[in-house]
Amino acid sequence: MAIDIGRKLQDRWKSLLVAVPFFWLLLFFLIPFVIVFKISLAESLIASPPFSSLLTWGEEGELKIRLLIENYAYLFDDDLYVRAYLNSVKVAFISTVICLLIGYPMAYGIARANPTRRKILLILIILPFWTSFLLRVYSWMGILADQGTLNNFLIWLGLIDEPIRMLYTQFAVYLGIVYSYLPFMILPLYANIEKLDWSLLEAAADLGAKPISTFFTVTVPMTIPGIIAGSLLVFIPATGEYVIPDLLGGGNSLMIGKVLYNEFNSNHDWPVASAVAIALLILLVLPMMLYQRYQSKQLQA
Amino acid sequence: MPQDDNFAHRPWLDPDKDPFIKIRSVSKRFGDFTAVDNVDLDIYKGELFCLLGGSGCGKSTLLRMLAGFETPSSGELFIDGEKINDIPAYARPVNMMFQSYALFPHMTVEKNIAYGLQRDGVAKAEIKDRVSDMIKLVQLNDLAKRKPNQLSGGQCQRVALARALIKQPKVLLLDEPLAALDKRLREQTQYELMNLQDQLGITFVVVTHDQEEAMTLSTRIAVMDKGKFVQTGTPTEIYETPDSRFVANFIGSANIFQGHVVESDRDRVVVRSVRDDNLLFYIDHGSDLQVNAKVWVAIRPEKVRISTTPHAEARSNQLAGIVHDIGYLGRLSNYKIKLDNGKMIDVTHPNQTRPKSGEHLADWDEKVYLSWEPSSAVVLTQ
Repeated sequence: MAIDIGRKLQDRWKSLLVAVPFFWLLLFFLIPFVIVFKISLAESLIASPPFSSLLTWGEEGELKIRLLIENYAYLFDDDLYVRAYLNSVKVAFISTVICLLIGYPMAYGIARANPTRRKILLILIILPFWTSFLLRVYSWMGILADQGTLNNFLIWLGLIDEPIRMLYTQFAVYLGIVYSYLPFMILPLYANIEKLDWSLLEAAADLGAKPISTFFTVTVPMTIPGIIAGSLLVFIPATGEYVIPDLLGGGNSLMIGKVLYNEFNSNHDWPVASAVAIALLILLVLPMMLYQRYQSKQLQA
Repeated sequence: MPQDDNFAHRPWLDPDKDPFIKIRSVSKRFGDFTAVDNVDLDIYKGELFCLLGGSGCGKSTLLRMLAGFETPSSGELFIDGEKINDIPAYARPVNMMFQSYALFPHMTVEKNIAYGLQRDGVAKAEIKDRVSDMIKLVQLNDLAKRKPNQLSGGQCQRVALARALIKQPKVLLLDEPLAALDKRLREQTQYELMNLQDQLGITFVVVTHDQEEAMTLSTRIAVMDKGKFVQTGTPTEIYETPDSRFVANFIGSANIFQGHVVESDRDRVVVRSVRDDNLLFYIDHGSDLQVNAKVWVAIRPEKVRISTTPHAEARSNQLAGIVHDIGYLGRLSNYKIKLDNGKMIDVTHPNQTRPKSGEHLADWDEKVYLSWEPSSAVVLTQ
């Protein structure tokens, strides 16, 4: 009897514990999402709020629902949006690949370093987070500007005669994104590589695999989960990135985050902006769902 | 038995035979810790050689140096006449079976076994044939397409063995090959390992901490302690004529008495006990010991006879005591006998007949008489 009551109490605690994060997600993710989705189906008005209501009461007291898919159709009408989407994906993809190429050796080096040095290296990776993200991007403006630190330094060295244009180029955008998101690539990779059983690498060498061959036949396949996790952590926020293309890319970079910002703040067209946001979300959720399906298939096999 | 045939099974006795593996003054230091301390060793072709010792004695470090995972701090290693110090692990003619097996979890059994041949660029058709032959040899027929996490411990062990053997290495290194298996499977696998070695003629070097395993498997054993070899010899030599108290205690167990030599001849040594002036030990192996030298006499528990009646005639090596404890193990019983001078002695007695009404040969606190042959004990100087 006593045990039964105990178990019931325990079950209740369990459901309560699970309910808290669910409630959190409901309140701060699902409800705002529904609101944005609702706005995306409304009509733009010059009013406050600047969009029409979906539900109206008719003259005879009947409920009228008015849904517009026009905003979504508009995204395809004006090729600005499609181009911005494709460009965002391209920039995010290339940045992810660069992050992976730089981050993998770094994560590997940290995982193989001795424990004391490992701690210091990890702190160095995390340290930039202690400074505001915005501040760090601003300081890149100072470094990359025509009269900036880097150009002045190169001129002082005598390597160049006049400043190289770096700020407000695509190069600056890539630099900013890779710089900002590199830790998100390194940390999951490190966690994965650190758990790697080194005796597998010894076994590969023992069976005649040269170091490069061991890397591609054992190390890489064993760290695929880390590679995927790190890549998603870089790719997803990079696709919707607004600050970096705006500050470092200037008018030369067309990314969806910036388009969305302009729709909200310059055009005051909340419904179209919401439609852009929803479309962006779908675009980003898709690769994640594919990954999850791949993972559950892997687990079943 | 002709002389040649004799050497075929005991190549280390043949003075004309060149050792297959030569370890010359090899040391390995990690910081100020010396794991392997200036050791020399010869291992001959076709041997199943065991490095035996407790944890941290340096046996695994020595094996890892042969595999190429550790570089000797000093000294030289040779395999089949070739110096291997500077050859990287991937190019050495040795393969290793890891204690944890180290199977590649992302590959099937088949792919794991084929891995070594693929690295060597062997033709696909040949790889296929050799892998399927190997799978048959280690009896993994139905499991070729499975991944390691779908196998039992014993099956993993076979895959690891097959993977290491497929390249037909000159030397197979085995790091605690049976440690992860349960007792029954371990015994069965021991014999399979011996048969396989016999069949393939590959030289095996096995590292183990399990003295029973070493005794059953090996042609010869090197007992290691603190980075050095304490004794090297056949299982029989090591068990029957240990040359130190460490080996006598490490391999099996032994009763050890401290004493002084009172008489030393070519075929007889007499030792007087330190504890008891009236107690003399007679040992029939000769020695070049000086009279009065400090020595120890070791006698194995199973070589001591136990009886509840006094001996009819006065003989050498007789003791009396009281049964202090009895450990009944079924096929044999362990008796702890407290001697009149207070020392405890272990005696093992086989239960050759079924005791009537569950009684033991001797009961607790019963007076018993012990004796042994002069040929059964050994004199140790260290």
